[in-house]
This record gives sequence, structure tokens and C-alpha cells, in this order.
Amino acid sequence: METYALLLISTVLVNNFVLVQFLGLCPFMGVSSKLESAVGMAAATTFVLTLSSALTFLAYQYVLLPLDLVYLRTVTFILVIAVTVQFTEMFVKKASPLLYRVLGVFLPLITVNCIVLGVALINLKKMDNTLVTALLTGLGAGVGFSLVLVLFAAMRERIAVADVPVAFRGPAIALVTAGLMSLAFMGFSGLIRI
Amino acid sequence: MMTVLIAVGALITLALLFGAILGFASVRFRVEGNPIVQQIDALLPQTQCGQCGYPGCKPYAEAVAGGDLHNKCVPGGNDTVVKLSELLGREVLVLDADEADQVPVKKVAYIREAECIGCTKCIQACPVDAILGAAQKMHTVITDECTGCDLCVEPCPVDCIEMRPVAVTPQTWTWQKPDGIGAAAARRIPLIEAGRAGEAA
Amino acid sequence: MGSLILGNTRPVHGFPGGVHPPEHKSDSNTTPIRSAALPEQVVLPLAQHAGAPAEPVVAVGDRVRVGQLVAKARGLVSANVHASLAGTVVAIEPRPVQHASGMDQPCIVIAGDGSDEWLRMPPLADWQQREPAALLARIRDAGVAGMGGAGFPTAVKAAPRQKIAQLILNAVECEPYITADDRLMRERAADVIAGLNILRRVVAADEVLVGIEDNKPEAIAAMRGAALGQGVEVVVVPTKYPSGGEKQLIQNLTGKEVPSGGLPADVGIVCCNTGTAHAVFRAVVHGEALVSRIVTLTGDALAQRGNVEARLGTPVISLLRAAGLDEKRLHRLVMGGPMMGFTLHSTQVPVVKTTNCLIAATAHALPDPAPEQPCIRCGACAEACPASLLPQQLYWFSKAGEFAKAQDHHLMDCIECGACAYVCPSSIPLVQYYRFAKGEIRKKQADERKAERAKLRFEARQARIEQEQAEREARRKARAEAAKKRAEAPAEAPVAAAPAAIDVDAVVKTLKNASLQASADYKAAVKALKDAEAQPGSDVAALTRQAEELKARADAAKAAVRAAQQGELPAELLAATAAAAAPDAAGADLEKLRHEVGEASGAYKAAVRAAREAEDSGAGNASALRQHAEQMKQRADELKAKLRDAKAGAPVAVAASAVETEQPAPAPAAEAAAMPAASAPAEAAPAAAAVTPEQMKLLKTSVATSTKQYKEAAAALETAERNGSGDLAAMQARVAGLKQKADDARAALDAVVAQMKAAAGKEGS
Repeated sequence: METYALLLISTVLVNNFVLVQFLGLCPFMGVSSKLESAVGMAAATTFVLTLSSALTFLAYQYVLLPLDLVYLRTVTFILVIAVTVQFTEMFVKKASPLLYRVLGVFLPLITVNCIVLGVALINLKKMDNTLVTALLTGLGAGVGFSLVLVLFAAMRERIAVADVPVAFRGPAIALVTAGLMSLAFMGFSGLIRI
Repeated sequence: MMTVLIAVGALITLALLFGAILGFASVRFRVEGNPIVQQIDALLPQTQCGQCGYPGCKPYAEAVAGGDLHNKCVPGGNDTVVKLSELLGREVLVLDADEADQVPVKKVAYIREAECIGCTKCIQACPVDAILGAAQKMHTVITDECTGCDLCVEPCPVDCIEMRPVAVTPQTWTWQKPDGIGAAAARRIPLIEAGRAGEAA
Repeated sequence: MGSLILGNTRPVHGFPGGVHPPEHKSDSNTTPIRSAALPEQVVLPLAQHAGAPAEPVVAVGDRVRVGQLVAKARGLVSANVHASLAGTVVAIEPRPVQHASGMDQPCIVIAGDGSDEWLRMPPLADWQQREPAALLARIRDAGVAGMGGAGFPTAVKAAPRQKIAQLILNAVECEPYITADDRLMRERAADVIAGLNILRRVVAADEVLVGIEDNKPEAIAAMRGAALGQGVEVVVVPTKYPSGGEKQLIQNLTGKEVPSGGLPADVGIVCCNTGTAHAVFRAVVHGEALVSRIVTLTGDALAQRGNVEARLGTPVISLLRAAGLDEKRLHRLVMGGPMMGFTLHSTQVPVVKTTNCLIAATAHALPDPAPEQPCIRCGACAEACPASLLPQQLYWFSKAGEFAKAQDHHLMDCIECGACAYVCPSSIPLVQYYRFAKGEIRKKQADERKAERAKLRFEARQARIEQEQAEREARRKARAEAAKKRAEAPAEAPVAAAPAAIDVDAVVKTLKNASLQASADYKAAVKALKDAEAQPGSDVAALTRQAEELKARADAAKAAVRAAQQGELPAELLAATAAAAAPDAAGADLEKLRHEVGEASGAYKAAVRAAREAEDSGAGNASALRQHAEQMKQRADELKAKLRDAKAGAPVAVAASAVETEQPAPAPAAEAAAMPAASAPAEAAPAAAAVTPEQMKLLKTSVATSTKQYKEAAAALETAERNGSGDLAAMQARVAGLKQKADDARAALDAVVAQMKAAAGKEGS
């Protein structure tokens, strides 16, 4: 139980996938201009992460390992992730057509979000991984991504109406802000050694 | 050889399995219709003028949902283009109109009654029935309902309809935006010379 | 805390934020209220209050007395306007008024005659026994509006839907410089308390509270003295701007917060100003309409600062001059206080019900604001805001035009008190940004409402057009289906397919035609009779009999029409129609035949043309073309004959006008009987001197029928010639006779037309 809690804190704060490990920057920059779309994107990505994390782990343990096809892991993982994203897309389209339109191309781009493949591959590194830890890693990654995305979107909304020098307007000031947020998250390092 | 076959077989099996899941999902989560059209229509100014090339705002909303450019609404101005871009997640285009139309000025139609011959052509042209009249009777514009769409000016055979800008009344007057950084903040209203203005006192 | 020291019996709850600007109260509160001299002219704006402007009830040139109604309240949220000077109305026109737009608004201008004659309403000294409704009516009649600055009609505020627990008198007067309520309370506390009690009776409040700031000790004493034994509690609150704001005062005294977008009545409270309570007192107890108010005249460009009781409509310049205005040092003239007042653009602006203060300031006292500098995000504005808003965020959003987000941050709850702008170190005119944003939001809401209306009208119009088209379609389809049905069921005609195939309209029409023809026949017969009577030796008796017969027939026909219109179809006609249904089912065949005839004629004509062209051009195949044309002609004639035979198959009774029905070719004799009837109208017509429309119609009809008869007879002759049967000689004679008749009828018509033209020519020129 304790390890699970620590695992979550690690993936959400200490080793935040966006600001510490610098994965998943494309949707981070692309969908964060409005808070509503950021929240929607965060929810979709978390869903995909949790599900794909579990499915890839299962595929690895029960298909690739027994059949000695470990070298096919990238292909298999991408296959699993693509299916998960497609499923999510259909669900979002049904549940909220507006969100579907707002997210636009970024929804299928979750497939190539490096966080998703990254979590899948990270799960393989540890020897004593179980399905639960894989699931929690995915969930933690998603929660961390959501946290940072929502914070960043809220900040970008304020920056959008502020007096920014002309040379810095747009993506430039956003990246500078992201860098500063990353600096802030460095404060968590050493909190947990995992 | 065997390994290759096993590999291929495993992948194919996985692919078929996932394909089946997706097929089920596509049936379960089928989406009918296109609710986005109503959301687009809600952003349009409803003048039904036809300047976008479509016979009304709803047809244009449907066209935009179908992929047409979203910068054709002239009465909506650049505001509407921006709002549509936000709604649809498309890039913000420049309004597809002449220079003069870039900032839409509110106008209403006015019929010079001395010249009106009562032909009802303008009544048939008005998309919101804002002209009151009957055959061989005087026609007049109901200014509250007129959207300024301009469609009545053409059909008039005696050219007695003109578009007049809507005047500001004390009820519709609003404050202007302060000039911004560096400007003298309060718009000082100059006091009319007390001596000159003191005739009645 | 300090509540007991201040003599309160209830705690003061306090409210967030607030600032402490320098008070400048002692500039003007040391001297008693003076009565301002009567002006020579008053300018009374029709819109001195919140809500709809009043409507004038006097005209230019009317003589009015003080307190006389000059403009009536329009609608529910509106107030009356009364004359504040006795004299004559000289104008009702736009004049400069106290509006930030600087636009002129309609005013009633009265030139005083110096008499100061009053028109008072009956005093209600026994108001404690009066019905609250009567007191409310008096308040409405007197035109009392909120005199603290907002100008909301008191009669509307004092009639809330909700139950009122507390009535609060707003005697706080928190804004610097203003001392009007202070002096009013010091000098007329009893009147103010009486007015308050009248209001208590009107709103049926359980508790009455008075809120006063602690910088007015004399006023507090006076009010406490007057409130003894009246059930009115005077609560002293610490001096802070803007504790005089309605919502802030309520929170201060009761701890209740008025909900966002709501009214004090929603929490069971009604607030009113000191001046308003005083006006209520004067209206009820003395019967005086609201025609004057206490105005603080202050500012260091004035020599005699203090309070005056001024008549409404007095131009401010006259008040200021009377107070010793130094026009050279005057830099800015403010109506209201320095926080919420606004700069006047003209000194001719009149005093209105909401004018509580006039500040004639020098450049030293109220300097021009510094230029706006960038926001440093210090947050001092948020600390000062009494409504717990985020002025900084509202500023950013208003500036960037993100009005939706500004609304989310409760922009509409801003009371525009100016505390945030007062503390801003960058001198940002925050309140102006908020006013701009509020205006844009209101404009957008008005646009959206208008767009919605336009959409509804457009859709209604589309629906109407579609319905008209659908109706037309339905009618057309019904007709086509009826025709199809007739074509598809020819064999069933004699059976009671008849009732289904009967077209009531057609039957009525035929009956009408028959009736018309019968009337025409009758009229012709009468004419003939008259002619005969004029000429001796003619068979008058026979003609008379004929005339009577025709009259009977005409009446019968008319009756039949009437009956048919009411739904009763004559029996013989039914049978006839039934029988006719069969040939009418073959009417589709008739149609087809007609179509074929048309085509054949067309082909023939084309062939003739081609032949002629060939002849003209000398082409070789001319003779061949002519042969072809001949063939076409034969075919056309054959078809025409077939058509006539088909038509001849229909019984006579359908049209009931013997003239128009085709008789079978071998019975020309039957025609003879129809002839006199046909010729009579043709002959009678030229004799008619006056040419009425009916007679013209008759003429034309006769021409048409005779021509048709002739053509048919000629065709019948042709057929007979071709078939080689029939009495050719008789037929030829008949044809010739008919031709003559047709020519005569046409000549008669032409003569009449020429006559008409001549007559019109004479009239026209």
C-alpha cells in the first residue's frame, strides 16, 4: 500500500512526465490556450494512459514473453495504444461533439504522445512489476500530465491578456513560462527515491 | 522460420482481437446528426442577408459545418470570424469583405414615403418581414425589426429605399474605452466658458 | 468593539475593503441650510430618475404653478415631474443635462413670473390612520425618487413583492465633500423620522434602522433625539468609504449579503436616503410634490460654501454665482462627490432630483488625473474593493475585450464606487474600464436578443411561404388525381361512381352559366317584345308567351344555382352529370384527342411553311413537301372530326345551354330553334344605346357563340362531304347562314367598341 502511494507521488510530482522528463510537450503546448479544452484533453489522455498502460503490460506478459517476441514490443505497444486512442475518440465524439471538435487533431495525436509509449516502456524496466503497478504508473502519469496541463492553461489565459513585449508574444512566452514551471517542479526532486 | 511465423501469427491475432473491439465500439458509440450546426448558427448575427452566398444563416452554418470557409459573414464582422474559429478549432482568417465592411456599421432601411408606389416588391424581399404594407398601400420599415441586411434596396423600382446609420440615443450611448497606457486617463470634458454660458442666469 | 462606546445597541458587522479619503466635510457643514434665490428659469429634464423618462402633460405656453404635474410617469418604473417654478412653459426641447454622454435630452423649460404660487395636494396629517396604499399613491403622485444619487422611483421601491423585515435609512453620506444629509438631519430630524415612519407604514417593516457615520456627531444626537419612542434605532458605523453603498450598509448593519444580481428586497430589506425620507414627509404631511432639494455647494473656487435648498431645474451656474464662484480659478466642476460624481460639460446643466453636491474645484484641489501607467499587479485594488471582486482581473479582461471572462468574474456586481481607482498606484482609470466593459456587454446582449427575434421572424416567414407552396401543391395534386381517376374508370361511369366524380364546383358553374344564358334569353325576348309592340302587326301574344316562358326558365335556373350553392344538386342534373361522368371519364380521352389535334395542326402548319419556303427557294422537293402538307392537313382534319364526334357523344343537359352544345351533324334542324335565341342577343345588342359592362359581355358572348357555331357547322359540312353522307345542301345553307350571323355579331361588337372609343375620346380630351 505504501509503495503504491509513493509510486503515485513519484509519477505525479517528483518525476512529472511533462516538466521533469520532458515527454508529451506537443499537446502540452498545443491544447493549453484555453482552460476548457485543456481539461478535456487532460481527461482523455489520462484515460488513454491508464488503459494502455494496463493493456500493454498484459500484452507483454502474456503474449510477447511466452512467445519470445520481445523484439516486437514497440510494434505491439503502438498497436495497443492506437486501438485505445481510437476507442477514446469514438467515445468523446459521442459524449461531447463540441470537445471533439475543439480537440480536433490533437485527439488522435495522443497515439504518438511520447508519454503513452514512454509509460508502456518504463513498465518493462522494473523486474517486479505487476499489473497494479503498471496501472498506477499510467494513472499517475495521467494525473501528473493533467495537473501540469491545467496549471499551464490557466497561466496562458492570463498571459494572453497581459502586456507581453511584441517579440515574446505567443509560443515564446509560453515556453519561457513552461521552463519556469519546470524549475519550480525541480523542488520536488529528492522527495522520494524510487 | 517458425519464429517468424509465430511472430506474424501473434501480431495478426492481436490485430484481429483489437479490430473486433473497435468494431463493437464503433457500433456502440455511433453518433447521429450534426449538433455543431446549431452551435455555429447561434454565433451568426441572423440578419439573413445572404452576403455569404447562402440563403440565410442556417444554410451557411450547415455549409461551415460541412467544411466551407468561416470568414464569409460580413454583418458578423471579425468578431464572428474569431468566435467561429474558436468554436471549430480552425485558424482565424481575415473577414472576406471589402475594406469598408470590415467594421460593420449598424444601418436600418428607410423608405421615402413620398416616392413609394406600393408595389410590395420590397416586402417580398425582406427576409424578416420588417416592412409593413400591402399592394397599392404605403410601405414603411419597422425599424425595430430591420436587421440592415440591404436586400430591399435592389428590388425597389423607384429606388426609394435608403440605408441610414442608426443614431446613438442617450439610452444606447455607452462609455468609450480609456485610451490606454500613457494617455491622460480621464477624458476631460471641457467646461464651456462660464461667462459665455451664463445668458439665462 | 466600538459599538457600545458609540451608543449602539446592536453590533456593526463591517464589510470588506473600503478606503479613507480626506473628508472635506467641515468646508460646508458649519452653516445652516440657506434657501437659494428663485431662478428666473428652470429646466426640468424628463429623465431625472432611473427608468423610463416621463411624458409631458403640458404644452408650450401653459401657465403652471409650483407643484403642478408637468410630466407623467411612463410605465411602472418611472416618476412624475412637477413644476418647480410658477410661470409659463416656454419650451419642451432637448437641453444640456447631467449625463456623461454630453448629449442633450428633452426638458421642460419654465420661465418664472415671480409669484411662487403653489399647487399643493391635500395634506394627510393623519397618515397614521391612512391605508398604506393611499400613502404609496401619494408618494407616487409626488414624484419622489431616490435622492442619494441613483434616483430610483421610491414608489416602486416601496412596493416590493417580498416581505420586508427591515427598513434602513441611509444617513451615512460617506462620500467626501457632501454634507447635505448632515445638515438636513441636524435641522429637520423630526421631519426625517416622520418620513421614515410613513415609509415603515407603507412597506410594513418589522424593524427600522438608521445608519450614520461617526463623523457626524451633531446629526447623530439630533436623530437619536427625534427617534426616541418612535421604534427607530440609530446605529453609528465607523467612517469608511463606501459604507453608504446600499449593499455595504446592509452588510454593515445586518450582516446579510444581497445576492449577486439581486435586490435588497430579496433579503427582506428596503433602503432609503435621508433626503428621500424628508421628501416623503413633505409629500404626505404637507401635500408638496418634490420640487426642491438640499444641494451642497463646496470646493475652493467658491466663496460661500455650504448647503442650499434649491428648486429643481435651477441651472447650476446661478447657484454657483450666488455662492461667490471665482470663475478664473475654477478648473473642474463636479456634480456629485469626488469618487462617484462626474465632471459637468456645461454650466447650464440643471439641478435634478439626484444632485446632492456641486464641487467647484480649483486645479489644486482636484488636479487632472495622472496618465495611466502599466499595472504592476500589486493587488491593492482587490484589498479595497467593497464587493470582494478582483478589480485587477476585471481590468485585464476589460482591456483585452474578453467580456465573457469579465462577466464570469462578476463584473456586473461592481458598484462603480471608485475605491480601486483611488488606491491604484499606476493611476489606472479602473472604473472607466468597467463602465466600458459593462456597456459592451449590454450592447452584445441587446444584439443577441435582436438576432433571436430576427431568426424567429425569418423562420416564421419561411414556414408561411412553405405552407402556401404546399397548399398549392396539394390543390394541384388533387386536381391531377381527380383527372386521373376519371381517366382510369370509364366503364364504371353509369354506376354511382357518379357521386365520387361529381365536381360540385363544376356543376355550380354550369348551372350559373345556364342561369346567365337563361336571363340573357329572357332579356332579349323582352326587348323583342317591346320592339314588336312598337310595330303593329307582329305576333305580340306569341312573343309575350315566349318572354314569360324564358322568364320562368331564368328564375328556375337562378333557383337551381342557389340550391346548388347550398349543396343541393338538382336531380336531373345529377343524373345528367352521372351520365356525363362517363363521357367525362372519356373527357381524358377528349383531352388526349384535343392534344393530338393540336399536334396535328401544328405539324400541318409547319409542313405548309416548309413547302412554301421550298417553293420560294426553288428547291426540288417542293412538290414533295406540298404533298406532305396535304397529308398533314388530312390527318389534322380527321383528328378534328374524331374530336367533334367524341364531344358530340356528351349529352345536351351538361351545359344546359342549347346554344353551346354541339348537335349531332345529321340534325341541323334542331339548330333552327336555338337560332332565334342566339340571334336575338346579337340583334338586340346594336340597338342598345347605353353600353353597360353586362351588355358588352353579352355582345362578346354572342360573337363568340355565333363564330363557334359557324365553325362547327362548317366542319360538320366538311365531314359530311368527306363521308358523303348527310343533306349537303341543307348543311351548306346552314353554314352560310351561320357565317352571316357571326359576321353580323362581330360587326355589331365593333360598332359598339368604336362608339365607346369615340365617347372616351370626347371625355378624355
